[in-house]
Amino acid sequence: MTATKLGGPVVQARPAPEERPDRRGHLIKIPILGLTTAIAIWAAFPLIDNGAWTGLAILAATTAGLLYLYLTPRHVPLKYLAPGTILLILFQVFPVLYTASTAFTNFGDGHRGSKQEAVTAIQTASVTQVPGSQQYALTVATTGDPATGPLVFLITDPATRQVSAGDADGLEPIDATVNSAGRVTAADGYTLLTAGQAGTRSAEITALAVPTAGGAIRSSGLSRAYEGRAGRAYDVGCDCIRDTATGRTWTADEQAGAFVDGNGERLAQGWKVGVGFSNFTRVLTEPAIAGPFLRTLVWNFAFAVASTGGTFVLGLLLAIALHSPRVRGRTAYRVLLVLPYAMPSFAMLLVWRDMFNTDFGLINNLFGLDVDWFGGSASARLAVILVQLWLGYPYMFLVATGALQAIPRELAEASRIDGASAWGGFRRITLPLLMVALTPLLISSFAFNFNNFNAVYLTTEGAPFPADNPANGATDLLITYTYRIAFGGGGAQYGYAAAISIFIFLIVAVVSAISFRRTRHLEEVHS
Amino acid sequence: MTWVKQVGWRHVVGLFMLVFALAPILFVVSAAVNPLGTLSSSEIVPTGASGGNFSRLFADTEFGSWFLNSLLIAGLSSAASVFISALAAYAFSRRRFRGRRVGLLAVLLIQMFPQFLAIVAIFLIFSAVTDYWPALGFNTWWGLILLYLGGALGVNTWLMKGFFDTVPRELDESATMDGAGHPQVFFRILLPLVAPILAVTALLAFIGTINEFLIANVFLTDTGAKTLPVGLVGLVAGERNANFGMFCAGTLLTAIPTVLVFQLLQRYITDGLTAGAVKG
Repeated sequence: MTATKLGGPVVQARPAPEERPDRRGHLIKIPILGLTTAIAIWAAFPLIDNGAWTGLAILAATTAGLLYLYLTPRHVPLKYLAPGTILLILFQVFPVLYTASTAFTNFGDGHRGSKQEAVTAIQTASVTQVPGSQQYALTVATTGDPATGPLVFLITDPATRQVSAGDADGLEPIDATVNSAGRVTAADGYTLLTAGQAGTRSAEITALAVPTAGGAIRSSGLSRAYEGRAGRAYDVGCDCIRDTATGRTWTADEQAGAFVDGNGERLAQGWKVGVGFSNFTRVLTEPAIAGPFLRTLVWNFAFAVASTGGTFVLGLLLAIALHSPRVRGRTAYRVLLVLPYAMPSFAMLLVWRDMFNTDFGLINNLFGLDVDWFGGSASARLAVILVQLWLGYPYMFLVATGALQAIPRELAEASRIDGASAWGGFRRITLPLLMVALTPLLISSFAFNFNNFNAVYLTTEGAPFPADNPANGATDLLITYTYRIAFGGGGAQYGYAAAISIFIFLIVAVVSAISFRRTRHLEEVHS
Repeated sequence: MTWVKQVGWRHVVGLFMLVFALAPILFVVSAAVNPLGTLSSSEIVPTGASGGNFSRLFADTEFGSWFLNSLLIAGLSSAASVFISALAAYAFSRRRFRGRRVGLLAVLLIQMFPQFLAIVAIFLIFSAVTDYWPALGFNTWWGLILLYLGGALGVNTWLMKGFFDTVPRELDESATMDGAGHPQVFFRILLPLVAPILAVTALLAFIGTINEFLIANVFLTDTGAKTLPVGLVGLVAGERNANFGMFCAGTLLTAIPTVLVFQLLQRYITDGLTAGAVKG
């Protein structure tokens, strides 16, 4: 296929002669390496300040490795692979592994932090002011910008006049200047909020609870605080939460990561625990989930095949139609026909959604229809695929045009002379040659469309939804369904969402692997 | 009659597709110049013309800075990603080393994991980065560009490797015999020869980045730091009907850079797409 294969045996690449140092190369290389080192040193300071020694060690090792790599004449391939690989590991592999590991946990709303954090949250949430609660003078401050910075309560002990700074992590004594009323007038490292600034953030101030041994300190107004007692307290002895008023107890269930009472009722606040494969088995075995999941999977395949196949057929048809020197204005056709490709797709998806609007949408108006496009499953699916055709055919048209030009015209003419019809010649000669060139692109297009989040999210958002299942609509792809589970209104379930993304990954990987095998087979036949 | 059979049908197909291709664009243009600027008053044929939507777009929203942000982020990250994947493609195409096959497969496989499903992890990572290095954190160009570059070693590397493979090895072998080091072979000999595929991957990366909505939406929360998709989608999120004219005006303006990049790279594109595809 390439000039190398034209004659003679394949020549083995000779071992490269000793790489000679190139003086001009050094003029570029040394400043770049210097810059890398400078950036590394700049990045090291915050790590040292925060005592992030592991981070510092990784940074130092990476920098040293890079300097070694580019100063030694050895390891040539690695010199070319290092930049991409480092970025890939940092921003792709690491997040993916992190996500994959959450698939084995119950991470999500109500199960975000550690057990200790859950206990603290339960206790502080149940704090009430009881008669005789300790009162403090309160000054609201922040360590950052008065409008957005994290809030800190500066409270003054009425007896000792000792000032402490408190936030969600607890209290810590600090040095500060106090006026006669016990209010703080100045404190190093803190910006005091004026009454007006505090007033605009009063909701946050009311919500803030500073945990203490027996309860929490909360504000009452903007200048007073009280130490309330927790209505629900953690008891180490029984590893349970006990309601001090009613005596009801919720015992810790380490498997579920929640406090459960005798009747199986859970407290809303739980903690993150490993749940093994249960997120995966849920998808396959729980009838309420498995049914919709399977339906979505089937539609997802149909969508990916229809989008990829439809755009391919349309693009190819167009390329063939215009692949003739006798068609006048071919250049004009070409420029106009690829315009949809140049339009921003996110915006055009929203425009299409409005064009399908039942009451004042262009499509109903133009054709005098009264179809509720996104109301019925079939019409909504048809609409989504139609939009995909519009967005996707120009790419296939471009690609097919290029591929057609690469096929020698003589081949088709020869078959014509041998008595084949135009269609026969196309089917037997042109199409197979085209497929060799285009199959890899079709595979990547399939993989892209299989997870074409925007196509559904910006048009139908998965609608229409069946009456009994508001989580799983007729046009939902696995990816939009997963997104709704992870970030939707019904409470985030990151662990379960991560499990589904692993399913998606496996499906796409298997389909692609099979197709790539087939491609190789095609190539062997035709080249 | 033979004309109809040989040429006529081609025009029929072409004209039919022109209508299909251009009707939505005409609708957008018409809505953009529609003086009323609402969705319900939009028709396919403009009923009036004014630049009101365009001037409102610049006066009432931060469209100017969204546009600049998008151009810079998409421009810089596509240029950098083309360079990084070209480096990797050179290694995979020209060098034989241990782990080459595994590396190629790994690059392809990792790409198949939908990146934005890792958005929770990405969010947590960048929360830490924002604490340590605010200059690379949320609401900054550099942070987002780095994040996009995480995928630089992906499909594009494959596309490029396929194209690199079609350039005869004898060219760089003879340069090596003449005493050129590997940097010279790469920069002086190979890169100019593979210009078409560089143009194609640059275009694909540019279009991909300028349309990327989800990650940018999580990453950029300051009004002034937003990119075009984040800003424009936000524009119609609340007042869909009333802002439709402005939205369409913004859509047209967003298309301009893409069309320009397209025109700029036109002559390379068909070459690059097909030749790269041959070897996949």
